[in-house]
Amino acid sequence: MLEKEENDRIVFKPIFKVIILLFTGFIVFGAIIFLVFGPNQTEVEINDEDPELIENGIHVRTGLIEAEGLQTVITNCTTCHSSKLIIQNRMGEEQWNATIRWMQKSQGLWPLGENQKVIVDYLTKNYPLIEKGRRPPLTNIEWYTLD
Amino acid sequence: MKRRSFVAKSSLGSLSTLLGVDIIYKELMPKGYIPLAFQEIDPFALFKKDEAMVVLNDKPWNMEAQAHLLNDRITPNKYMFIRNNGLLPENIDEKTWELKIDGESVVTPKSYTLADLKSKFKHYTYQLTLECGGNGRSEFNPPAKGNQWTIGAVSSAEWTGVRLKDVLADAGVKDDAVYIGYHAADLHLSRNPTKEPISRGVPLSKAMQDETLLAFAMNGEDIPLIHGFPLRLVCGGWPASTSGKWLQTISIRNKVHDGEKMEGSSYRVPCETVAPGETVADEDMCIIESMPIKSLITYPKSGALINEGNKLKINGHAWAGELAVSELAYSIDYGTSWKTASLENAKNRLAWQHFKATITFPKKGYYEIWARATDSNGTSQPMVLPGWNPKGYLNNACHRIAVKVV
Repeated sequence: MLEKEENDRIVFKPIFKVIILLFTGFIVFGAIIFLVFGPNQTEVEINDEDPELIENGIHVRTGLIEAEGLQTVITNCTTCHSSKLIIQNRMGEEQWNATIRWMQKSQGLWPLGENQKVIVDYLTKNYPLIEKGRRPPLTNIEWYTLD
Repeated sequence: MKRRSFVAKSSLGSLSTLLGVDIIYKELMPKGYIPLAFQEIDPFALFKKDEAMVVLNDKPWNMEAQAHLLNDRITPNKYMFIRNNGLLPENIDEKTWELKIDGESVVTPKSYTLADLKSKFKHYTYQLTLECGGNGRSEFNPPAKGNQWTIGAVSSAEWTGVRLKDVLADAGVKDDAVYIGYHAADLHLSRNPTKEPISRGVPLSKAMQDETLLAFAMNGEDIPLIHGFPLRLVCGGWPASTSGKWLQTISIRNKVHDGEKMEGSSYRVPCETVAPGETVADEDMCIIESMPIKSLITYPKSGALINEGNKLKINGHAWAGELAVSELAYSIDYGTSWKTASLENAKNRLAWQHFKATITFPKKGYYEIWARATDSNGTSQPMVLPGWNPKGYLNNACHRIAVKVV
């Protein structure tokens, strides 16, 4: 059996020897690194989504509706508070303006100049008043069998 | 697209570097907690909350429970709503933490370390119901701005601490004192150190109640950071915004406290009732004191399918601000007829009261179960929305769950 193996041995060119040596070295080095650091490591997902990605008309990072004025709103409104606060509210033009005035008066919001109209137009168009009545029916009921 | 990456767990510093951001929550992170990325902090892991809690806002943090999560007789941390007005304080040191007592109407301004408070004054434990003044805001029409709470901004945990009145007596209260105001360590959203996110208070009469605590423990453990570690004022039965977290100062005032969110329209309702959508001047708004009568069906979870002929057991809690709950009625026919549930007495004043009932349904079909509590003054919950107010406070309309008999 040994003789047979010797006869079948392939003779490598020197260049292949170097490649194999490098490759083996890399594997061994990698194994050492893994053994030393492996047990202390945790796999973590890191979100490197495009921060300006738009999907289905929604700006993914903030959840805001994509429309004229979006970037102005992101720049001026989400520095201090979350975009979630905008999304869950519904107001008319005067109320959105009053909200901005309140933030300028008491919360440290800077003067918006011409951008105020851009922002309020965006908010009034995309987050408008909705009629709810005095008590809407129960909705979004998830039915389940109670044992 | 998400890519996967390997990071060393040994140092949060290197993690910050890797993420390219400074992790401001470094010192708050529970052991073994790894953030995905700065903007992807997992609040459930960080604040030890149940994943079924609903995040309304992440800057500042605001999170509410759902009715069925509040079924415990004493609310555990994992189901306790979060209402923050500012950013969490950073670098809290329990050992050097001090409470100052000052103000126009203090006899001797004093400071107490936590060790002083714990050793000098008697400890008391009470179960205290805390409800956000804006709980239920989402139903108002026209809508009011702010966090759109549904029904989950209420809790009733056990708080341990010293009585505020004992500490006030130690510093001395002048005859002209009418109010107390708190100051706390949280940061304003703008990070402007001269601004306070919130600094509210209560009349002296509320401050002097036995159950008004300077609390250092919740449910027998250190108060979780998000709920005010290491020291919190707790005023049960009043808007929870009067129960200041990360408490640093109590000011004894010779006038109504004028701190942040005491004035204007904050935590105030029209002194005289108004039509929906009416504009109300600030001077016509009155400070909310005791919270109104309210109840929640916490079992079963809405959406239960039950077999015809089976009885349904329901249970829940009722509370009435400063008052006691005298009756809990339920209806399965939209308020046409009511039956009385069995109602327990409170564990102590200002704790919610538990109710239970067994329901039989006449036939198959869709039903709603409505719960309506009545307080010791004979005031009941409305079945539709109560009076509209500009800021959407005090919605104590009946809680409703849906069931189907199949």
